[in-house]
Amino acid sequence: MSMLVKQPGLLSLLQDAGRFGAHNIGLTNGGPLDQQAYAWANRLLGNKHNACAIEVSFGGLQLQTQVDTYIAVTGAPMALTIDGVEHDLWTSHKVTAGAHISLGFCQQGARAYLAVAGGFQTPIEFGSRSTVVRENIGGLQQGEKLTDNDLLACAETNTLASYTLPAARRPTYTDHTELRVVLGYQHDLFSPTKQALFFSSTYTLTDRADRMGMRLSGPDVSCDTTSMLSEGICHGAIQIPADGQPIVLLNDRQTIGGYPKIGSVISQDTARLAQLRPGDKVTFKAVDIHQAQNISALAAYRFQHTPIEIVSE
Amino acid sequence: MRIEIASENSFIIYFNDQIAADTTAQISACAGLLRQSMGPLLVDLVPSYASLLVIYHLHVGDHYQAKEFIKQALAQIQDAAISQGKLIHLPVYYSEESGPDLAHLAAAAKLSVADTIALHHSRHYQVYAIGFAPGFAYLGEVDERLASPRKATPRLKVPKGAVAVADQQTAVYPSQSPGGWNLIGLCPTPMFNAEQEPPMPVSVGDQIKFEPISRAEFLQQGGDEQLLLEAIT
Repeated sequence: MSMLVKQPGLLSLLQDAGRFGAHNIGLTNGGPLDQQAYAWANRLLGNKHNACAIEVSFGGLQLQTQVDTYIAVTGAPMALTIDGVEHDLWTSHKVTAGAHISLGFCQQGARAYLAVAGGFQTPIEFGSRSTVVRENIGGLQQGEKLTDNDLLACAETNTLASYTLPAARRPTYTDHTELRVVLGYQHDLFSPTKQALFFSSTYTLTDRADRMGMRLSGPDVSCDTTSMLSEGICHGAIQIPADGQPIVLLNDRQTIGGYPKIGSVISQDTARLAQLRPGDKVTFKAVDIHQAQNISALAAYRFQHTPIEIVSE
Repeated sequence: MRIEIASENSFIIYFNDQIAADTTAQISACAGLLRQSMGPLLVDLVPSYASLLVIYHLHVGDHYQAKEFIKQALAQIQDAAISQGKLIHLPVYYSEESGPDLAHLAAAAKLSVADTIALHHSRHYQVYAIGFAPGFAYLGEVDERLASPRKATPRLKVPKGAVAVADQQTAVYPSQSPGGWNLIGLCPTPMFNAEQEPPMPVSVGDQIKFEPISRAEFLQQGGDEQLLLEAIT
C-alpha cells in the first residue's frame, strides 16, 4: 500500500526529523528545513514526532493515493487540491484510494510538508529516512529526490478524525525576518565595529540558497583571520568567508569546515529563514544562551499545549 | 583548553591552537568519556584537528548540565588511558596512470616519481578529522616536500579510491566527487560502505600506513579496472 508520485515538482524530498549520531563518519543531519511546519503536519495526524513526510520546495508535487488514509499539508501556502477540490492547509484530510492530491506553487514562503498518517515507510539508513542528495544517503534509494512513478509505502488508516490548527495559530510567511543569534565560535575575532555592522545591517538572500546553507549579501563583516583549522560546524552556524558575506549553514551542511564563524542562528529562526526566497531580507539580533534556551523551551511548550480542533464534516 | 558556546545546543572545546599528536589523543579520550557520561543528553560529537564539537539535546538538559559533563571529562582525560588508536594498513596502487598529479608533485619536490611515492608511504599518518563527505578522513601530515596546494580548478570527477594530497594533508576519496586535491594513486579498499558495520575502516585517532601495491594486486584486491582504462584526467 502506497502513494504514487505523478509529478515531483521542483524538489520534493522524503524527510524525517533528521539523522543524528553519525557526524563521526562524516554524515550530516538532513531533516526538515522548517522543523515547525514539519512538526505540525505530524501532530495533526497523531504521528510520532519523527515520522517521515515530504518536504516540497516551491510546489508542484502531485500524488495519487492507492490507499485509504489521512494527509496533512503545512508550511508555505501551496494550494492543496484533492480530486480537484481545494482543501485547507494546516488540517488533516481523509483521502480514499485513487484520489489525486496536488500542490500548487507558493507565492510566499518556500517549503511545505505533506505528511501521511503513520508516516511514509521508506528505508532507514543510519537511523533515519531523511534524504541527503549530496551524500547519496536516504530517500527511496541512494539519496535521490522524488521522481515520477516513485511508490511511497504507507499504511491504510480509517480511524482518525480530521483536525485543524486554528487560523490564528498558524505561522504566516513574509519576505523578511529577524534571525536571533547566539554569539559563539570565533566571535571575538570580529572587531566591535564589524559586529555592530553585522547586527545593524539588512542582508539579502542570494540565489545560492539551498539545503546546505543560505548565502546572504550585504555589508562586508570579514575578520582578519583567514586561515584556521577545520572544526565541527553546528546547525545554524554563521560562517563569514574572506569576502565578508555571511552564510547560514543548515541541515545538509558539511560537518567540518575552516571558515571563521561569528555565532549561530537559533533553530526557531532557521525555520523562518528556510521559508525565505532569493531577494528576501534578514536582520540579525544577538541573544544570550539563557534567552536562546528559554525561547526553545517556550516554543516546545507552546507546540505541545496549543489545542487543535476537530473539523466537522 | 577553552570551552566556547557554538550554538543554542552545542559547545566547542578547543584543545590547542595547532595540530599535535597528543592533542588528537586528548580529543579522542574526551569524546569517549562524553559518550559514556552524557547518555541521552548527547546528540552528536564532531572531533577535528584541535577541537571537539559537542551537540546536546535541549529537551533533555540545558547548557549548565552539558558544560558540567564537559568539565568533568576534561578533568578526567589527564588520567585517562590515552589510546593511540588502531594501526590500519591501506594498499595503494601508485602510478602515473592511477595518479595523474604524481609527475607534477615529483617535479615540484625535485624528486623522481619513485622517490615521491616512497616519501608518501614511508610514514604513518594520523586520522585527524572525518567530514566533507561520508567517509572522508583527513590524514596528516605529509612530508613538507610533498605539500602541494589544491588545484586552482578542482576536478569535477575525482574517482572513488583516489589517494590525494593537499598542503600537508592526505586522504582517500570514499566516493566519486568533485575535488581539488592532487591525485597520486588509487586505493582498492572501500572507505565508506553504508551496508557494512562499521561503515568505515578508520576512526579519528587511528594511524594509517599506506602500502604500495602493483597494478595486478590492485585489480586482485577489487580495484576497478575501468578507472585505469578510462584514464583519470
